[in-house]
Amino acid sequence: MMHLLAILITAIFLENFVLNQILGICPFIGVSNKMDSAIGMGLAVTFVMLIAGVSTWCVNQYVLIPLKLEYLQTIAFILIIASLVQFIEMVIKKTAPNLYQALGVFLPLITTNCAVLGVALLNIKKGYNLLETTFNSLGGGLGFFLALIIMASIRERLDLAELPESMKGAPIALITAGILATAFMGFSGLV
Amino acid sequence: MELQILYAVLVLGILGFAFGAILSYASVKFKVEVDPRIEQTLKMLPGANCGSCGFAGCSAMAEAIITKGVSPSRCPVMLIPDRNKLEEFLGLRKAGETNVRAVVKAALVKCQGSDDEEHQKFQYLGLEDCQSAIIVQNGPWKCPHRCIGLGSCVKACKFGAIKIGDHHLPIVNEDKCVGCGQCVMACPKHIIDLADTVKTVHVRCNSTEKGADTRKLCATGCLGCGICKKNCAYEAIIIENNLARIDYDKCHECGACVAKCPTGAIIKENRPDYKGRVAEINQDLCIGCTVCFKNCKFDAVIGGKVKEKHSIDSKKCVGCGMCVEKCPKKAIKIDDRA
Repeated sequence: MMHLLAILITAIFLENFVLNQILGICPFIGVSNKMDSAIGMGLAVTFVMLIAGVSTWCVNQYVLIPLKLEYLQTIAFILIIASLVQFIEMVIKKTAPNLYQALGVFLPLITTNCAVLGVALLNIKKGYNLLETTFNSLGGGLGFFLALIIMASIRERLDLAELPESMKGAPIALITAGILATAFMGFSGLV
Repeated sequence: MELQILYAVLVLGILGFAFGAILSYASVKFKVEVDPRIEQTLKMLPGANCGSCGFAGCSAMAEAIITKGVSPSRCPVMLIPDRNKLEEFLGLRKAGETNVRAVVKAALVKCQGSDDEEHQKFQYLGLEDCQSAIIVQNGPWKCPHRCIGLGSCVKACKFGAIKIGDHHLPIVNEDKCVGCGQCVMACPKHIIDLADTVKTVHVRCNSTEKGADTRKLCATGCLGCGICKKNCAYEAIIIENNLARIDYDKCHECGACVAKCPTGAIIKENRPDYKGRVAEINQDLCIGCTVCFKNCKFDAVIGGKVKEKHSIDSKKCVGCGMCVEKCPKKAIKIDDRA
């Protein structure tokens, strides 16, 4: 159990997908202007990462490995993630219209989020079993969620701050992300 | 080696096919019933997705038109014949009627303050823009709800329907106004509202100050005294935050409130000297049925005994017209007061 917890903590803090592995930067910068949309995006990514991590692991384990087709991982995973996002979108639209409204355009955007593909590939690379994969994927999603809401809360305040003209918008966002990543390095050695 | 290639193709093919099958099944199984009119409305919109309407593209606009009743005139890009077609489709306008305006909303300016020096805090010489003026001590006028009068609404209007007239107050040309609501969003004082063009009685004040304070600040401000509410036979007036508001669904435009308002904050359009109306009973036709007596909320009907002819106490009558509607013999007529 401690082992699984360690994987979770590692994925959230030590190997945070955004701030440590620099994956999924596009939504991280793109959707962190507002807290509401950041929360929506964060939840959607967490959800998709968890399911994508588990299902890609299953496909890899039971289809690709027996047939010695590991070199098809990337293309097969993209196929899975894209279909999965589509499927989840349909299910949410039918069963939870409010959630669908809240997630809005972010849900289909996750298809192109490299953090999702990243978590799928890293699970395989690290040789995790199914349970470990589940925790690692969940941790990856929660880490993304955490990074996104931290960034959104900082940027909401930055909007009110006086900045030099050339720093407004993306430049200051990237600098903030850099400082945030440095801060997250402080977690190294925790587990 | 050949087998490897075959496997690869097969695996990806089968995976793709399986996911495709699942998705197509899901799209049937989880199909969400949407109002078919949204789709049809979307087809009638220009499809430019420019966002000028304030919604995220044409599909969001189509949804808002159907679900929230947003006016198609929010779209500034649409050609007028196309808009007419869409309005016909939505039932806002009868087919073939091209000259008659659909029941639309037009901008209503809720301020008629004076611009005398005594109502001014200071002279504003900055940028000619309401948003800039408001930064300096909430604008140059003493009344915090007074229209700034620098024409942010004029700039926001894409149809040239607003101009700044006398007393630094905007005038809306209802024939040009399409009810897009851009001026409503542009006004930093929230003075402009959208109201049905067919309605003629409006509260032309937006002051939520206490009555005594409003009286000091403005001669024509709403004091929230509630006289209008007492004189409204249709319970169409709501007093909220020291401000009267008309429920346009209930208002019969009798103008009783206009006549009774002590400050003239409530107006009847194009009738600057409106004094209200008064009912009169035609004694030849009256059969003394007491229906009017029972229906009058202001005790303005004299008599009220069966088979005795009734008459109206013109001092008490507010001219609501309730008795006119109820009289079975059509013996009551209503006229404007001299």
